[in-house]
Amino acid sequence: MTQVATLPEPLATVAPPRSRSGGTAWALWLARRLGLAVLTLWLVSVLVYLATAALGDPVRAILGRDFAAQPARVAQLREQLGLDDPLGVRYLRWLGGLLTGDPGRSIASQRPVADLIGTTVVNTVVLVLVAALVMIPIAFGVAMVSANFRRRRGDSIIQVVLLTLAGLPEFVIGILLVALLSTTVFHLLPAVTISSQRGHPWDDPTTMVLPVATLVLTVAPYVSRIVRATLLEVLDSDYVELARLKGVPESVVMRKHALLNAIVPGIQVIALQLAWLTGGVVLVEFLFNYPGIGAQLVDSVRNHDVPMVQALSMIIAAVYVVVNLVADLLSILLTPRARTAISS
Amino acid sequence: MSASTVAPATRSSRRGAGLRRASRIPRLVGGAVITALVVLLAVLGPLLAPHGQNEVVGVPFGTADGLLGNDYLGQDVLSRLLNGGRAILLISLLGTALGMVLGVLVGVVAAYSGGWLDEVIMRLNDVTLAFPQILLALVVLTAVDQPRAWLIVVLVGVSHAPRVARLARGVALGIVSRDFVVAAEALGEKRSRVILAEVLPNMNAPLLAEAGLRLTYSIGLVAALGFLGFSTDPNAANWGQMIQENRLAMASQPWAVLAPVLVIGLFTVGTNLMADGIAQLADRGDR
Repeated sequence: MTQVATLPEPLATVAPPRSRSGGTAWALWLARRLGLAVLTLWLVSVLVYLATAALGDPVRAILGRDFAAQPARVAQLREQLGLDDPLGVRYLRWLGGLLTGDPGRSIASQRPVADLIGTTVVNTVVLVLVAALVMIPIAFGVAMVSANFRRRRGDSIIQVVLLTLAGLPEFVIGILLVALLSTTVFHLLPAVTISSQRGHPWDDPTTMVLPVATLVLTVAPYVSRIVRATLLEVLDSDYVELARLKGVPESVVMRKHALLNAIVPGIQVIALQLAWLTGGVVLVEFLFNYPGIGAQLVDSVRNHDVPMVQALSMIIAAVYVVVNLVADLLSILLTPRARTAISS
Repeated sequence: MSASTVAPATRSSRRGAGLRRASRIPRLVGGAVITALVVLLAVLGPLLAPHGQNEVVGVPFGTADGLLGNDYLGQDVLSRLLNGGRAILLISLLGTALGMVLGVLVGVVAAYSGGWLDEVIMRLNDVTLAFPQILLALVVLTAVDQPRAWLIVVLVGVSHAPRVARLARGVALGIVSRDFVVAAEALGEKRSRVILAEVLPNMNAPLLAEAGLRLTYSIGLVAALGFLGFSTDPNAANWGQMIQENRLAMASQPWAVLAPVLVIGLFTVGTNLMADGIAQLADRGDR
């Protein structure tokens, strides 16, 4: 505002302080979104804690039939989980531990949760990123081919194939791929990831092929269908018609007009699918025995390992919230209209 | 116009026209046929099964007996396939219904009341959206020793509800400001009656498509829980659980795994095609 005050009166009213107020508007927008993200994560933590620690009796679940027979073990577990304190106190202690990087000890292995999760998080992140990098060009490519064939047989065939793939649950796709490529029809690829304690799955890249292919086939149809819909909308619009009338070749129309306009909806749906992937990897990792957080989560749930489940589900929820935030930011930065709407 | 104000005489002819329009959408017809076949298999299967679901008929993973061979305990795969659909079908249907009712209720109330209530409801909704559906189920199952069928139904329903609510709110927002709703309010109708008699009947088409989509996900989710080893009865036949039980012998006895996988796949593809067909039909009806 101080800069504006020095300007002569008429100019100040004609030209609002764009840069300055634009900056504040951005900061405000970002602060609001960050605040909402933190609020969301906090509510998620309450939900996770209530679901795992208050809904049932974890000690009863851990011990199963031994619950009635071993009162000493019951007392010891209650002590370790701190179940004798009131719920609120337990929650605050857990939240404090989470914020200071100490989410407690695993019940199954008695090792700190942070140690157990370290490598599996990296493995899952690599799996999801590789799947995304393979998926994006394929999804856009299929969408462009399909849009090129619009209102013709090729398009409807591609659409039915995509719709069929989109209907299949990820573990069904995975098992069909295993049958096709590693056990029944061909014997090309290993069906499970066998990794040592220290090594990473990508030390033997062939073990990554099936998990990545499963994730790509699960996610690509959704992205492809959204991108195609956007492409069709643009290809039927007036300014594209004008470009064609000017004699711009169809391939250039597709590249310069249609594809650029499909990027923003593309980012939105890719972000949604990336966030979905962090949950979707659960079944795929379990199926292929891939040493990531998904397989670890299933093991922990089966062992009723409450501290592990709490930490892993918080990680997955956090990824979801962050990915959505980044996607919103990117789509605003890439849409000139939205960009100016915020800073003016 | 709301459906309830259409006179009975025109309603039957409208239904006939609707059916004729529906039959012109190949994916709707195809999806409905596939879904009907799988539902028939699941419902009538137990009557047709040559053996009991826990009857041992031969050696484990033998391929000589029956049409599809034996499973890990030497039980007949075909009989277990025919017996294993009822539970999945019932739980998915009930879970979908629960999710739709909860979601529509929340979404419509949010849209109709507006203001701070709308804001609070939708913010809380965003929180539950931060959980992938399977994660919500897994988190709750951590503290449970042996899940019962109703618990799985509730988990499926609750994990659908926030997603349905978001859609229902969007659809309802387009309706609550229309003239006939305003008119009903001006006549002094109660809020609950405005919602039930004016707003809801006009949301039919998009909600039907959503229900089809939700059913697809329900079947996948229920089967996935069985596949992960969380089923209501460890001995009973269940398509999802069959995959898990027989997975180790996939190389030597592939049908014990592929048969349930293919049936689950057919089922979800059928419901998904149907949902897309309904959406297409609704789109054309609007024009």
